[in-house]
Formats: sequence, C-alpha cells, structure tokens
Amino acid sequence: MDKPLLNVENLSVSFDTPKGVVEAVRGISFQVGQERLGIVGESGSGKSQTGRAILGLTLGRVEADRIEFDGINLHKAPARTIRAIRGRRISMIMQDPRYSLNPVMTVGWQIAEAYRVHTNATKREAKQHTLDMLATVRIREPEKVYGLYPHQVSGGMGQRIMIAMMLIPGPDLIIADEPTSALDVTVQLQVLAILDDMVRDRGMGLIFISHDLHLVSSFCDRILVMYGGQIMEVLEAGALDQAEHPYTKGLLNCLPDIDRQQGTLPVLRRDDAWMNRKGGAGGDVP
Amino acid sequence: MTDQPTETGLKEWLLSDTPQSVAQARCQRLYLAWLSFSANPIAMLGLTIIVVLVGMAAAAPLLTGGDGTEQALANRLQPPSIAHWFGTDELGRDIYDRIVWGARITLYIVGLVAIIVVPIGLLVGTVAGYVGGWVDIILMRVTDIFLAFPRLILALAFVAVLGPGLENAVLAIALTTWSPFARISRAETLTIRNAEHILAARVQGASTARIIVHHVTPLCLSSVIVRLTLDMAGIILVAAGLGFLGLGAQPPLPEWGAMISTGRQYMLDQWWVATIPGLAILIVSMGFNLLGDGLRDVLDPRSGGTS
Amino acid sequence: MSQDTVNAKTTIEAAGRISRSALPSRLFAIAKHGFSILLTFVGLTAITFIIGRVMPADPVLAIVGDRASNEVYEAMRLQLGLDKPLIQQYLIYLSNILQGDFGTSIMTTRPVLDDIIRFFPATLELATIATIFGVFLGIPMGVLAAVNQGRLIDHVIRIIGLFGYSVPIFWLGMVALLIFYAGLGWLPGPGRIAVYYDGIVEARSGIILLDSALQGEWEIFWNALHHLVLPASMLATFALAYIARMTRSFMLDQLNQEYILTARVKGLSEGAVIWRHAFRNVLVQLITIIGLTYASLLEGSVLTETIFAWPGIGQYITTSLFNADMNAVIGGTVVVGICFVGVNVLSDILYRIVDPRSHD
Repeated sequence: MDKPLLNVENLSVSFDTPKGVVEAVRGISFQVGQERLGIVGESGSGKSQTGRAILGLTLGRVEADRIEFDGINLHKAPARTIRAIRGRRISMIMQDPRYSLNPVMTVGWQIAEAYRVHTNATKREAKQHTLDMLATVRIREPEKVYGLYPHQVSGGMGQRIMIAMMLIPGPDLIIADEPTSALDVTVQLQVLAILDDMVRDRGMGLIFISHDLHLVSSFCDRILVMYGGQIMEVLEAGALDQAEHPYTKGLLNCLPDIDRQQGTLPVLRRDDAWMNRKGGAGGDVP
Repeated sequence: MTDQPTETGLKEWLLSDTPQSVAQARCQRLYLAWLSFSANPIAMLGLTIIVVLVGMAAAAPLLTGGDGTEQALANRLQPPSIAHWFGTDELGRDIYDRIVWGARITLYIVGLVAIIVVPIGLLVGTVAGYVGGWVDIILMRVTDIFLAFPRLILALAFVAVLGPGLENAVLAIALTTWSPFARISRAETLTIRNAEHILAARVQGASTARIIVHHVTPLCLSSVIVRLTLDMAGIILVAAGLGFLGLGAQPPLPEWGAMISTGRQYMLDQWWVATIPGLAILIVSMGFNLLGDGLRDVLDPRSGGTS
Repeated sequence: MSQDTVNAKTTIEAAGRISRSALPSRLFAIAKHGFSILLTFVGLTAITFIIGRVMPADPVLAIVGDRASNEVYEAMRLQLGLDKPLIQQYLIYLSNILQGDFGTSIMTTRPVLDDIIRFFPATLELATIATIFGVFLGIPMGVLAAVNQGRLIDHVIRIIGLFGYSVPIFWLGMVALLIFYAGLGWLPGPGRIAVYYDGIVEARSGIILLDSALQGEWEIFWNALHHLVLPASMLATFALAYIARMTRSFMLDQLNQEYILTARVKGLSEGAVIWRHAFRNVLVQLITIIGLTYASLLEGSVLTETIFAWPGIGQYITTSLFNADMNAVIGGTVVVGICFVGVNVLSDILYRIVDPRSHD
C-alpha cells in the first residue's frame, strides 16, 4: 500500500455542555489506505464522532491539523467541495435502518436519489441502476422492494438497502458506523458477507467502527483501539495476542472463550493515567 | 467528603457525579434543570414576567393608592400623567390601580382553573390508561367529546345559562380545558403501566389505587405541568374574552377584559382606557407562553427548543 | 437458496399479504371511525341539551323570553315535552336537530337554522382567507426559524409567533381600527361593506366577494375587499403565529433524525435536505395543524366579529346571548361544534391518505 486514501492528523472533537466542555476525540492521528481499518471502543470512546468528523457531519467543534483525502484538506475545504465528496468519494453506512431511512419515501427512490445527486442520470437510468444495485446486495425481486417503504422491510434487508444506497455512487472510502449492531446475529453475518464482497470487488477502503472486538478482528486488516477519545493501540488483526496496552489486553480477556476453562470473567480495568497520554498516533500505513 | 456543603462546596455537591442520597440526586436534577432553564434567555424572560405578575398581585395594597374602585367623576378620562400613571377611566378611577388589582383577578382565575383541571385530568387519564378496557373506552369518549368542543363558544353557552359572574366563568373555562390533560395523562400511563417497577409494586401487593396515586401519577406530572403552563395563556385569553363580553367578573371588579369592553366606546379620543388593559393581558399571556416554552425545553428537550 | 434470499422472499410475501388483507380491515377501520364520529356528535348534542334544557332554572322562559304571553309559554312547554322523562326530551331534541329544527329565534322570529345559514358564509369567508394567509406565510417562517435555530432570524420569528399567539385578538382589532381607520384613514371602519352598498348584490353564495365578482360589480368588490382586510389580518396573525410555531417545532424534530444525516452523507444540498426530506415528513403533521387552525378561527371569529360588526355566526351568537335568546345560542353552538368536528375529521382523513405509515 503506497499512498493512503485518508490521512488524519491531530483530530479533536469537542462539545459544549452545561457541565463544561466535553472532549469526545482528543488529538488522534491515523491513516487509511485501500484496506479495512477497524476502530474499536466502548460507548463514549469517540469512535463514532471520529467517523462523522471526517465527513464534517458532527455536531461538535472539530479541530485538526489536516484531514486529507485525495490531496484535499477536508477540514478547510469549502462546503461545495465537501458535498461533492460526500456519497461520491466517501460514504457512510449507519447503524439502524429503521431510523436512518426516510420514512415517507420508498426505499427505491432513496437509493435512486443517491445516484442522481452525483450524476446527470435520468429517472429511468437511475431506477435501472438501483434495481441492479438491489440485485447486487442479493435482494430478490428488486422491482417489488423498490416500491416498499422503510417500515415494511426487515432489519437485514434495510441494512442491505443502506449498503446499496451508499455504494451506488461508487465511493473510494466507506465508513461503516456499527453497521450490524442493530441486527440479529444470523443476519449480521449475511450483511457482513455482502459488505465484504463489495469492498473487495470495488477495491474500496473501509473504516469499520464497532464495539465488538471479535467481529472487527475477523473482518478487518488493522485495528485501532480507542478509549476516552484517544487511540490506545494499533494492531494487525492477526496479531491480537501480541497486544501490549493493558486496555486492549483487558478487552481481550473479557471475551468469553468456549475452549478456555474459566472461573469468573475478569473485569475490565480502566486507568485514568491512560487519558493523560495526549493524542495517540494510529500508526502509519505499512 | 464533608457532610455540610460549604459556600464553595455547594456547587461541587450539586455537580458531583456520585450522589450520596436520594435527596442529593433530586437536588442535582433540579439544579441541572435550572442551569438549562436559566441558560435560555427567553425562558428567563417569561419567568421574570410571571414573577412580576405574582409580586404585583401580592403587593397590590403597597403598590397602589386605592383599590381601583373609587370613583371621582370630576377626574374622568384623564390622560396618563404623573398623578395617574395610566390615566383615569370613564368613572374617574385610576387605571394603574385597577391594573395592579386586576392582576389578582387574573391569578385567581388561572389558579382556580388549574386547581380544578389538573386533578380531574390526571384522575381520568391515569384511571383510563391503567385500568383499560371498558373504563378506558367510556372515559376517552367523554374526553373526546369535550375536546371536540370549541372552547370559547362552549364557555359562552355555559355562562349564558348560569348567568355572568367570576366563578361561573371559571367553571365554564375549566369544563373546556380539562380534556387535553386527561389525554396526556393517559398517554403517559400507557407507556408506564408495563414498566418493571409497576410490576414489582403489583407483585408486592399494592392495590390499583395505590399504584395509580403513588407510582403512575408522579411520572405524568412533568408533562401535565408543561402543558398547563402552555395552556395558561389560552386560559387568560378566554377569560379576557368572556370578560370583554361582560360575562366574567362583574363591575366594579377591575378585570382586564371587562376594562377593555367599557373602554371601547372611548377608544378614539381616550385610547388609554382600553389599550392599557389589553397590553397587560398581552404581556402576561406572553409571559406564560415563554415560561411554558422554557419548561418544555428543559423537561422534554427534543421537542423544538434551543439546544 | 441461500438464507438471505429466503428471508427476502418471506418479507416480500409478508408485505404482499398485508396489502391483500387490507381491504376488509380497511373497511372495518373506516366503520369504526364513522361510529366514533357519530358518538362525538351525539355527545355534543347531549352537552348542549344539558346546557340548554337541563341547567336553566326555567328552560321554557329561556326560550320564549319574559315578554311572551301565557299561551306562547304553555305552547312551548308542551312542545318541549317537559313533563316527559329526560331521555325522551333528549330524543325529541336530537331528532329535531337532525331535521334541522333548532327552534325559532326570539330576536328575529325566524327559524334559527335560517339565521345561521344567512350568517355563516361571512364567518367562513374570514376564516378561510385568514387560514390561507396563515399557511402561506407561517410555514416558510417556521421552516426558516428551524433551519437557523438559535440565530437572530429564529429569535425574531419566535417573537413574532409569540406575539400573534398571545395577543387578545379583539384588543388587537380595536388597536388596528384606531391606527388604520381612525388615525391613518387607510382602511374603512367596522362592517362588511359600506352601508350604501348593502343589499345591492344578490346574495347567491353569501360570500360578497364571490357574488360581486360573478356579477361584475367591481366597485362593490373592492369595497368589500377593503372591509375584509383588517378583520382577516387579525385572524391571520393568530393563524400565522400558530402555524409558524408548530412548523418550527416539527422541523426541529425532523432535523434531529438519523435520516437527515443520511441525506447529508449522500451529498445532497441543504435545500434538498430541508425541503425534500425533512419537510415531507412535516407536511403530514401540518395537515392536522391546519385543520385545527381553521377550527380555532371559526371560534376566534366570535370576538373579532363583535369588534368589526361583521355579520357572521360569532356575532349572531353573542347578540343572541345578550338578548337571552337561548334557542339561537344553543343552535349556533351546535352548528359551530359540528363544524369543529367536521374539520377535524377531514384533516384526519387527509392525514391517513398522505402518511404511508398509516396504510397498514
């Protein structure tokens, strides 16, 4: 991997609350190439905010040295440039299709809209592309599904529709923010399989945000472990047992293993000292 | 940590992440709600207006010369001056005095309506929501019928029959105002009734009445209070309307709506007689609306206030 | 067949099953609704019955007035059937209403229904025009405020809305007359039309604007229009304030939803996000609000008509009130009540048609 798709330097996201300023992300840096990068952390670790900040869609204050994508500094770019990039070059899959799809429009129309925003396609062309896309995410009878409303589709199908919608403009980088957390376990695997195929077939970069270390380690190439808005450690997915940071080791220990004989599950230890390590580099692209 | 909150320690006590008692947790919630509320200038404006209103009503004897009912026909229809800040009306009475004493009547009406409407609404709503079945259907039918009625017109018809008077007006207004509270209470009750703590109380042998009064009702209170504050402006306007038609407080009581009515015929040349009471109504009504909006922002933050 | 295609098939079949079985269940839902409306209507008449017949000390006196002769009094007593049990009296009352018999007015000595038909169009005229203004001005204001939440324009619109929502309309009407009629002379005074034009145009629809335009009497048209401006503006102020307020609230709700984030991620312009996505969801709720506004204006006209001497149903009821003409008051109340219910039912139906979520 030579040139990174995305280069983030010293990103911070903060919110003003009645209790004071809350720093969700504190000066992190990382790079993403044409690979699958997993960002793992518990609630409040700042992982979701990181994803949103890249697209400029967080409600907090963003500060960064650079957020570089294809030579453009997203942090300083004008609104029109960013809108051209959203969907077309960088896209995001969200967690729960019950809420992330517009309830008063048919799912087909919403997917077609994602296509028409960035191309000059006619309605008919867009519909055709949508139907093709629905077939690609393994939805049988795309014609019928095209005319359904979001409340009429199941969770798994909804996520596949979401994937179709976000991939139809052909982005280079996709951010998946807890894409399977709202799904049943069996459906999770199906959706992941589809995502897997599409990312591989199109040679896209993927940032996979999740709280599930196991899932991320099986799906991604590299893993960023976040805690308290900072990156604690960067690991290769296959090298989990070589984790050095106590937090990562604690996380790994928390995962119950059917083969391991265990009395009580260890409790994850959190140390405030880790918060004082400013920033945390996500390691360069190898 | 010390037991007695000191000067500087009070704030720390209120903001700490680990409350040591139920009382402290409650105080903390109230304090945070207050912080949120007071950060909203519009809500604070509303609160200020209402506080001034209540203060005016309470301190009426101190703030005014007379009680606004003494006539001085030689002095009638005088424009605002140093002697009479808002001028005098057609019977020579000081309008400023009448406005201040009128605040008492306004508060009386609003307070009385609230006292009637909230318990009835809560009772009907919680019983209907909790007991369900036929009781629910019948109670909700009745509620819907009253909800379907245009407020002012029903109040008019009511007062037409009972005769004009302050208490009759209050009754008429209360009759047309209680329905939304029953609806709200029922909606909240339906959400709460399957909650685990209700189930636990039932398992412990609590009777239906006890559950409704002790467990369900307190949880409905915040929605009801927000709605009440938002409705208060409407209540004041209906009361003013009834007063304007001569159906509310009877002369010589200084009810603001009635003052507008009597001042109407002098509108062209002595505009202050009718205009100033209307301004008072406007300001108080705005105050309640601002307060209601502010409360709603604090208690139910996702419904459209400033975040 | 892989697992997900099985899932896909089941879901699609389920969706198909829903729409196929919808027809009889839809009819049932409509029937249930119709029954509900009927019940409300009955309840309405029951309440007016209680107010008109049960509550007064002497209901006969209330209807015939104290200047009536003994024969009239006795005749009315028999007609009301006061010796019969209450339920029977109510049924007589109800059947009369269904036949359009609201009794006779003491004041005009005409059947109350005739009077109501004469006066109603004037109120409808005011309410309709005010609602139209409220909708076309209030909705954009509400959207503008929501999109710019916390900024100056939001505060300004909120204050305007607050004012329109809190002001006593009858007082505002008086002040407006003082300024624009007495003071500046820009607009004519109270009344629906200048005295010398009254009655010239044949009242075919009862709405002077329509009738005069249809008959080509343009001077009368403009005169009527000028007279309409102030009272309609007063009601429009309230309508605008209420609609702007609710629109703002609904828009803020929608703008906080996840699907708005999705729309932005897709790269849509702010305009498309606001109007094509957020507003489409708000539209559905606005239907109910517009219905409520119209109904409120029917009611708000009561006081406005008094100030502007507008010969509508509001003024009819209040004048009857002062003349202790119970039949007229009760009759007017029932009619306005029915309109109230009618408007709400209509908006409910429209809501169900427009919202895809209520189709199942």
